[in-house]
Amino acid sequence: MLDPLILLPAVINGLTMGAVYALVALGLTLIYGVLHIINFAHGSLLMVGLYGVFFLHRAGVDPYLALVIMVPALFVVGYALQWSVIGKASHGSDQNVLLVTLGVSIVIENLALYFFTADTLTVDTPYVFEMIDLGIALVPLPRVIAFLSALVLAALLWLLIARSDLGRAIRAVAKERQGARLVGIDVDHIFAMSFGIGTACLGAAACLLLPMFYVSPHVGHVFVLVAFTVVVLGGMGSFSGALFGGLLIGVTESVGGLLLGESLGQIGIFLIFIATLMFRPSGLFGARLS
Amino acid sequence: MVALAVPYVLRSDFWLGFLITVLLFAALGMAWNILGGYTGQFSFGHAAFFGTGAYTTAVLHIGLGLNPWLGLATAAAAGGLVALLVGYLSFRYGLRGSYFALITLAFAEVLRILANSAEFTGGGVGLYVPLDLGIANLQFADKAGYYYVALAFAVLSLVVGWMLERSRLGAQMMAIRENEDAAQALGVDTFACKLKAIVISGALTGIGGAFYTHYYLYIDPGIAYGPGVSVEILLVPIIGGLGTVFGPLAGSAVLHGAGELARRLMGDAPGLSLIFYGVLLVVMVRFMPEGLMGVVWRIRRRSETQADA
Amino acid sequence: MLEVRGLNKSFGGLLAVADVSLRVTEGDIVALVGPNGAGKTTLFALVSGFLRPDGGTVTFAGQDVTGLAPHLVCARGLVRTFQVVQPFGRLSVRENIAVGAHLRFAERGEAMARAATVAQRVGMSHLLDRPAHALTVAARKRLELARALATEPRLLLLDEVMAGLNPTEMTEMIRIVRGIHDGGVTVFLIEHVMQAVASLAERVHVLNYGRLIAEGAPAEIARMPEVIEAYLGHGAAERMTAHAAGGSR
Repeated sequence: MLDPLILLPAVINGLTMGAVYALVALGLTLIYGVLHIINFAHGSLLMVGLYGVFFLHRAGVDPYLALVIMVPALFVVGYALQWSVIGKASHGSDQNVLLVTLGVSIVIENLALYFFTADTLTVDTPYVFEMIDLGIALVPLPRVIAFLSALVLAALLWLLIARSDLGRAIRAVAKERQGARLVGIDVDHIFAMSFGIGTACLGAAACLLLPMFYVSPHVGHVFVLVAFTVVVLGGMGSFSGALFGGLLIGVTESVGGLLLGESLGQIGIFLIFIATLMFRPSGLFGARLS
Repeated sequence: MVALAVPYVLRSDFWLGFLITVLLFAALGMAWNILGGYTGQFSFGHAAFFGTGAYTTAVLHIGLGLNPWLGLATAAAAGGLVALLVGYLSFRYGLRGSYFALITLAFAEVLRILANSAEFTGGGVGLYVPLDLGIANLQFADKAGYYYVALAFAVLSLVVGWMLERSRLGAQMMAIRENEDAAQALGVDTFACKLKAIVISGALTGIGGAFYTHYYLYIDPGIAYGPGVSVEILLVPIIGGLGTVFGPLAGSAVLHGAGELARRLMGDAPGLSLIFYGVLLVVMVRFMPEGLMGVVWRIRRRSETQADA
Repeated sequence: MLEVRGLNKSFGGLLAVADVSLRVTEGDIVALVGPNGAGKTTLFALVSGFLRPDGGTVTFAGQDVTGLAPHLVCARGLVRTFQVVQPFGRLSVRENIAVGAHLRFAERGEAMARAATVAQRVGMSHLLDRPAHALTVAARKRLELARALATEPRLLLLDEVMAGLNPTEMTEMIRIVRGIHDGGVTVFLIEHVMQAVASLAERVHVLNYGRLIAEGAPAEIARMPEVIEAYLGHGAAERMTAHAAGGSR
């Protein structure tokens, strides 16, 4: 039997990492819920956000302060991308969207590789090694912040979709494209808004992630399949599902790593992913956006 | 005939190497095309079959001294077997479209992690095939030998595609691509048909992986099972033309020709050719969703109607 | 030829087909009518294997085919068409029909030749090389029929083949269906167009809210009060008899 003194910190570690996964997955699930497309470029856009935070930090902006710049900045990037490239190139077919977003991600990643080289970069902040004592384990401060922020962001997104006029329009489009068009909703604009908001979530995720992680051109790979797993597990288009799914995956990975070793630990994620797709393609947690 | 004479005329190792890549990816592209282009099931994880072929021959050759030529056949069997497993699990549970693409990607990732962790695959370090020149060993002193093997592989794939287009299985595959329910209503066993498609595709891809191993004499988890291979394989038929016999050949020639050109013009900086591939993918889907062969058809049809007039 | 007994199917608590029993005799043309949402297409889907019934049995040619996969049902000689036509868009008419013909002919050449013969029977010979997505509505309806016919069925389920046709096209379609029937195929059809039902069917079953409410010859059915109520709403039958005592419609 595993010693709880080893297991508990692993669980807590997993929960905090899982919160970051949830942050990344929240944007993805929103995009899926509305556009019914699978955005392969999600990981690369996160990478763009991370580089943004990195260079802002170099210019003297604290990563957490960078939130006020990165969230709107990535919103604009996402809006423009959906409006000018993805929406136009997909011709309304799911498989084309998959290919186009794949193409976009290849371009973004390799542009980063070309300009920034493959070096792994980190930021130094005064609070990187600050620890919070939870009684059973010491947890780095950035992880605690990331965890709490994931909860707040999920709640904010839910409020936006459930309560605002924009949210109503988004839900209308998610449910019935043609009908929404008929009542005068600019569907293309709503698509781009949803994509923009989904990408803006990545801006937030990047600010919260960088103090405890690193950035490199391929950092998106670490997250993109995990984020898909979280989204599928939580039910495509469900925010609470993404939150719980993220935490579950974080814990699985952390405990799996403890039991199987670092490199094999990741396998658990993919096995969960495959099993979920096969047996519960609607996810473990019901509620969908549409 | 022209293709056979090429090495006697073209005595440049560089250009032969280029042609070998074109032919290898034309064959791999056709393998993907059988499942993606004809049957309409887009795989994002053909690395699962490629890597399995590559490792099968490497492990059996290094460990048990299996002849590399037999290694090609074994790789086909192993690739087909993995494809059968992936196909059975995906199609039995009715995964289509984006879901199928995602699950194939996940299978490739699982295999990559396994290859990275297992001992008999050499872990993250990979496997080196010992240098031992000789035709019996599938190792040639100059590129011409490899060229003929790649040519044979490409011809094999094209013939498979050509035969499919003229067979019941091919007709049923295309019916599934166009409308699965209607195909089923007309008596097509869609599950069995999709399984056949993925197994043929996986077996051919496995051969490609094995050829890669013996050509470069080295394999590691990133090369064999990484997403890079999957992407490069699917780009070929998408650029050339999905569901056509000559699309993959045209696609591979254009893809690698243009990649080479980009390298010449802009230098061999990391990522440059991939940026180019990505742009090409987006542009093709946006402006030429039927690929190069679609353009060829359109031109031909136009000239025919002009001739009629 | 076809016997349905006590068939049930519900979707999330909503009963789509409730305790339906009916029989189609070999050599007949039988129609299934009823208002929108009555469960007609669901019944066809249950019979042809596209849906699995919650209860009841489907017997075809003396064998139990309940819950059998669609392609196996088709192989036994029972084929359906779709209400919303489902052409293989990028394939030519010939290739479309050949997919059906391949059920009986493994050879590509034979299936293609067979497709041409079938196309002739439904009057599509001149369209053989046209891609299916470029066809008119009427031609798509015929293609749907031709593909099904190419599987050499013993029983053909037609789901609203007249819908969307103009009167001339409809007359032609009625002639085609009759021709198929004369060739020895039993026909079971869902139809909204009563003129077509009257001129084709020998027997009619009426479905409403998932239940069979009437059965008889077309002329009898049209006079049954419960049928009129189902189509025109409560009290309609009384109003009609009071109103149009001398009219025949």
